[in-house]
Amino acid sequence: MKITGAEALIKALEMESVDVMFGYPGGCILPAYDPLLKSSIRHILVRHEQGAGHMAEGYAHVTGRPGVAMVTSGPAATNLVTPLCDAYMDSIPMVAITGQVSTSAIGTDAFQECDTVGITRSITKHNELVMSAEDLPLAIRQAFHIATTGRPGPVLIDIPKDVLQNSMTWHWPTDEEVQASLPGYHPTTKGHPRMIKEAAKLILAAERPVLYLGGGVLKSRAAEVVREIAELLNIPVVTTLMARGAFPDSHPLCLGMPGMHGTAAAVTAMQKSDLLIALGARFDDRVTGKVSAFAQEAKIIHVDIDPAEQGKVRRPDVPIVGDCKLVSIEILKALRELLDGGEVQADIAPWRSRCSGWQEQFPLSYEPSAPGAALKPQFCLEQIRDHAPEGTILVSGVGQHQMWSSQYWHFDEPYTWVNSGGLGTMGFSVPAAIGAKVGRPDKTVWAIDGDGCFQMTAQELITASISKIPIKVGILNNSYLGMVRQWQEMFYGERYSEVDLGGGVPDFVKWAEAMGCVGIRVDSPEEVAPAIERANSINDRPVVVDFRVEEFEKVFPMVAAGASNDDIILPPSQNDRREYLR
Amino acid sequence: MSTYPSPQRHHILSVLVQNKAGVLARVASLFARRGYNIFSLAVAPTEDPQFSRITIVVDVEGTTLEQIVKQLFKLIEVVRISELDPQKSVERELFMATVRTDGENRGQIVELANIFEAKVLAVGVDALTLSLEGSPEKLDDFEELLRGYGIVELQRTGRIALPKLDREAHSRAVKGKAS
Repeated sequence: MKITGAEALIKALEMESVDVMFGYPGGCILPAYDPLLKSSIRHILVRHEQGAGHMAEGYAHVTGRPGVAMVTSGPAATNLVTPLCDAYMDSIPMVAITGQVSTSAIGTDAFQECDTVGITRSITKHNELVMSAEDLPLAIRQAFHIATTGRPGPVLIDIPKDVLQNSMTWHWPTDEEVQASLPGYHPTTKGHPRMIKEAAKLILAAERPVLYLGGGVLKSRAAEVVREIAELLNIPVVTTLMARGAFPDSHPLCLGMPGMHGTAAAVTAMQKSDLLIALGARFDDRVTGKVSAFAQEAKIIHVDIDPAEQGKVRRPDVPIVGDCKLVSIEILKALRELLDGGEVQADIAPWRSRCSGWQEQFPLSYEPSAPGAALKPQFCLEQIRDHAPEGTILVSGVGQHQMWSSQYWHFDEPYTWVNSGGLGTMGFSVPAAIGAKVGRPDKTVWAIDGDGCFQMTAQELITASISKIPIKVGILNNSYLGMVRQWQEMFYGERYSEVDLGGGVPDFVKWAEAMGCVGIRVDSPEEVAPAIERANSINDRPVVVDFRVEEFEKVFPMVAAGASNDDIILPPSQNDRREYLR
Repeated sequence: MSTYPSPQRHHILSVLVQNKAGVLARVASLFARRGYNIFSLAVAPTEDPQFSRITIVVDVEGTTLEQIVKQLFKLIEVVRISELDPQKSVERELFMATVRTDGENRGQIVELANIFEAKVLAVGVDALTLSLEGSPEKLDDFEELLRGYGIVELQRTGRIALPKLDREAHSRAVKGKAS
């Protein structure tokens, strides 16, 4: 039986178990929107294509399933560029479908034509222009296979309008056919047995080991087995910005987040370590600081599914290419065998006590606001955290509020933290939170945003209102581009250039109400808890809480860009204790 | 004038790719995006029409080469990459040049062409077009000698290479693994 390319596309998406997609129709993608009417797939109509992309990311973050975005050609495709790049940087599985002008018009500068595959080539794991309706099912199968296997990432399929309109004979490719069509794609998932053995020996011999967990631990769903390794040998753990929740913050072995705004304990433990066990982490510049001064005495075990990450920044002593979960299971097995065979772990008790000393001496801290003075953003976060129902998912934008979110929340479960790490995309929070809520409607989803970020993508709250996606948004509103202001204060002699957002405008409460949300404004500490309780009790529409916070609050600790992690800047209240960092 | 990069930094990558639209653009944009330098590049279908072979000469130090190879592997359409050791492979390149001649020195140029086993492709009133196929080093030498006569136009194809047959381990091939 013949069906159209458009019908084949929707059928292929159904075959891939897509339950929801985020999109926006338009000229070239029009044919695909007709069969959607009788499809089981829920389509969420966004207000800007960038929103569709970030929603797909948020959905993928919390479900582990690929997010799907579908938009038209030209400007719609270019609006998808930011989320594609974001997903690429953070290894988020995502499939993007874009319309394209008809095959006969390609290359003629036709209306709404752009070179979508050319533009997105370096920000997708793979992309493909499909030139015949017959090729559509295979292209879609390949897209989902590539997006979700190996190192996950975004895949874009560009489909000309006539390809959607032409008729074809439906054929759903078998696994073998998919494999045969990708002769160069065979991700290595199993680690090399010799390397695993070597890793186990190094781990037992280390006197100052640190487990350095990256986003790959969450992507491979390895949190449990990694915890077993940590507990078996009492190894301290740090969780990067992309791995928050991969190991419980409440666990005695957890030192928190490393990096530019990490805890002093996490940063220092890595610096002083003699063995970093990097699992699904990529030695990002925000973690290492000045690379030549990073963890100079440490040997490196680097487990990553992407061979290109091995040695990209720091040459590992034991490189293991493979899936974090599979490799961790094998490492755990090898450790147990060695221990059963009479091997003894080096005495790490002195190291443990040094690490706990740093934790005790250098907790995250801020000055509470004086009576009558402005609210502290950290206080707002603590209150949201303390009032949050169990399993609440926290989503953030990019900037100071993101760092405070990561610092002051207690992440005790995987997949409860969604943020834009690698690309640092302002405006990520609101649409990503919508995607997360669609993926996990059973959970409370709080988006923490800055007033700068919020103004980039706030219109997606209209999507949330109309599509009944009741997220909660807490704006830490300091009327400034806070992080940039902080850098200008600290590194540009307090010369504030273009960071004042002009306090008072917009009126976030009225704006929220205009978009069909409940708007609440909070000015003083006593109003915080009641506002949060009210927000938590509303589940039929989105809620926006405008927290008017202290303008000049800074994020600490901090390692200045390009500086060594040894030169971590502590909160002013801890400066007198600096000597304990040895 | 040294035409080619120094031997230590010059590496030949023989990259087997799926013969599909846009693959060359993908390879080229990877080099541009990551800041790697292509010295020369030649591409054509192989004995199997499903695949093309791209021969790339890159001018880099060891660690960067490792990254280039690994990043290339990440391209879905790249099937296999071999680094060919110049000592253990046969390399060929084609060279065409139009050289000015005043009539008097035409004989000298033709004689030079004969010594190098080059061909005279076209003869004009005051110029000759020559072609030479051979190892890149031989082409370098020929170019150097012709330069004195005045090269009007020069075109080289970039090298292609295959492993030598009479040695055991002639190339460092890594199977197409990607993530």
